[in-house]
Amino acid sequence: MDMDEVLKVFIAESQELLQQMEEALLMLEHAPGDSDTINAIFRAAHTIKGSAGLFGLDAIVAFTHIAESVLDRVRSGELRFDAELTALFLQVRDHLGELVRLVDEGIDLSSLPAEVQPLHTQLGDCLSRYLPSTDSQSQLRATERIERGHEHGLSADHWHISLRFGPDTLRNGMDPLGLFRYLNTFGRIVSLVPVLDRMPAAAEMDPETCYLGFEVAFYSDADKATIDGAFEFVREDSLIRILPPHSKSDQYLELIRALPEEDMRLGEILMRCGTLTATELQEVLHTQVQSQQRAETRPIGQVLMEESLVQPPVIAAALQKQQQIKDNRNNENNLIRVDASKLDRLIDLVGELIIAGAGAQMTAQRCGHSEMQEATEVLSRLVEEVRDSALPLRMVQIGATFNRFQRVVRDVSREISKDIALSISGGETELDKTVVERITDPLTHLVRNAMDHGIEPADKRMANAKPAQGRVWLNAFHDAGSIVIEVGDDGGGLDPQRILAKARERGMLNEGQQLAEKDVFNLIFEPGFSTAEQVSNLSGRGVGMDVVKRNITALRGTIDLDSKLGQGTTVRIRLPLTLAIIDGFLVNVGQASYVIPLELVEECIELNSDEPFERGHLELRGQMLPVVRLRELFEDDSPRPRRESVVVVHQAGLRAGLVVDQLLGEFQTVIKPLSKVFSACPGLGGFTILGDGTVALILDIPSLLGQLTRVSEAPQRARIEA
Amino acid sequence: MSSDGLYRILPLEGGLNIYSASENMGLLLHALAPETELELDLSALDEIDCAGLQLLIMAKHEAQRIGCDLRLTNHSPAVIEAFELSGLASFFGDPILIKPTSE
Repeated sequence: MDMDEVLKVFIAESQELLQQMEEALLMLEHAPGDSDTINAIFRAAHTIKGSAGLFGLDAIVAFTHIAESVLDRVRSGELRFDAELTALFLQVRDHLGELVRLVDEGIDLSSLPAEVQPLHTQLGDCLSRYLPSTDSQSQLRATERIERGHEHGLSADHWHISLRFGPDTLRNGMDPLGLFRYLNTFGRIVSLVPVLDRMPAAAEMDPETCYLGFEVAFYSDADKATIDGAFEFVREDSLIRILPPHSKSDQYLELIRALPEEDMRLGEILMRCGTLTATELQEVLHTQVQSQQRAETRPIGQVLMEESLVQPPVIAAALQKQQQIKDNRNNENNLIRVDASKLDRLIDLVGELIIAGAGAQMTAQRCGHSEMQEATEVLSRLVEEVRDSALPLRMVQIGATFNRFQRVVRDVSREISKDIALSISGGETELDKTVVERITDPLTHLVRNAMDHGIEPADKRMANAKPAQGRVWLNAFHDAGSIVIEVGDDGGGLDPQRILAKARERGMLNEGQQLAEKDVFNLIFEPGFSTAEQVSNLSGRGVGMDVVKRNITALRGTIDLDSKLGQGTTVRIRLPLTLAIIDGFLVNVGQASYVIPLELVEECIELNSDEPFERGHLELRGQMLPVVRLRELFEDDSPRPRRESVVVVHQAGLRAGLVVDQLLGEFQTVIKPLSKVFSACPGLGGFTILGDGTVALILDIPSLLGQLTRVSEAPQRARIEA
Repeated sequence: MSSDGLYRILPLEGGLNIYSASENMGLLLHALAPETELELDLSALDEIDCAGLQLLIMAKHEAQRIGCDLRLTNHSPAVIEAFELSGLASFFGDPILIKPTSE
């Protein structure tokens, strides 16, 4: 209903369409001349133009119009998508994206801001070069078509548009009058007859429901797609029929039958519009029986083609459009667009609900009222279900983010003149929207790094018996409550010796300190390891890896790296599925409570106090398990209880035991971030509020595991001699 | 509130559109009464959309049904434009006075 909201939809849709356009353009680089792809680009441009027109965004309309004209020439085979044109269209796409962004920022496009104006003009000029004296051409073709049709069709030289608006048209903020005004911008409404048959009696009328229909005679040189585009926003629930000038009587008959009103009455309306003469109307209604048989045996597209009323490409586009609309409609029935901030609000509320629920449950237990306890049990189970269904609402597939990198890889590989292909897998893996948004920058960094420093120049690759084309891949999958994203390349790999040498030189390692290979690689994530000058003489990678790591850590994720010299490198990012709420396992040490993410808990065992563990290890079913007392870790001075328990946690193949006083059981945990003051405290991932209002700290198990296993496992691993 | 032979003028003001449709529908239905004459003064209507047009159509239908003599007068420029765009001028059949553009 609100114009602003419709505009938001326009912006979101345009962004999607531009994304599709980009994907299609990139596809064209591999399969030039593929008509499906070209049509997809055309459709995207066309829809943006049509919608922009509805909002009076003339700058976008005019610009897209030129682009569309060029695309039209490509479709008709007059032009080919060569590398140059593709590159130009990628720029056009970016520029359109910029214009849409400006609209989003509320900038009035009637006078373009100075920073985009030069490019706007320049691109417009470049595009115009592909058009031989633009307008005369398209007009010529329009007249040709009309003349050709004239021999076969009826006398009317205007388009006939039948509109029966859906009941929600007005509520959705669309005003049919606005559409007519828009039609008048590229043609002339010759005559228009309102159809009021659906108007109910006053008592039954809902003033906000639309009951109107119109029969419109419209004179225009525009093509079918343009006229069709005007109705983009009302198409969903409205009945819209558009007949080109000089259509066959069959088609008018078809129209008359498709509309809800009675045939004779419609015929009269068409006469009043000037679309049919009285004789023609009679002819149409007369041949009804005859044509019924024909219409049933032949698809309408074929009929149109045989009668040479519409050029084949137009039909192809129309059919495709129909299919697309059908697909869209299927999707739209199942999908709704929701403002992300509303979802965030919902998740916040669910979080509060969980805390409040825990409080209620605790109070119920304390007062010992059994019915009350039962009620809170049921309540908490429901709250849990609400949580489980609310969290996936924010999940989005990572594929869209991955696909964006096709463009990055294309552009960077040109820039550094290396032939590199990107392959993507696991795009359907879902993760939290906030995470997706914040992972894009680090991923871009990693992909660029892999291309720039990972992949060797072609001659060196050939010398090493590798294919000349380098390969970079993105992969994602779920693993034990987290999502793993891999950025890999088949490039030169990292040389541990050089990294070690560099680290020593930088004073990051003590003389004689020895590290496992994995830890050597992880050195490149350390701040201060990489500066610009080192990158140039270190044949691996380097720029700002510490920044990448910081970003990932801020998402409660971890990052590590595998590399084989001469074979390539894989960077693995492990992220929690959600940032908001987890199933936690509550434990107690002294006065303090701690939460361990439940999915990381493997088992709980009782600690036999007769058998004190030495040097931080415990024998568990024949295996050595690194173990630490939380009491010691957090320097809690309270006296040790008689009995203690060990919680065995695991992640990414690492296991460790945490010794605690008491196991309190499962607990739904709303994660609240710790303030910056605590950022120097390793091993803490956040805090949460318990039912009684006290605070429990959430343990950052991955970092604890890292600390524990590094100390304990390093001696057992292969050593690298410096 | 109404009696036979009464002649009333109901001025509509501001916007007759989707936002004010419910409110104005009540107003119109209230003003329509059998055996009366009702004049809708449209001079102060500076905005009208299809929801507004529908209301006028409804009023016209309802007036015919209950026998009220409904007239639309002093069409504002916005109303004239909407009538022309929607092809509804002939439906209402009221004389539209087109003022010379004040230039």
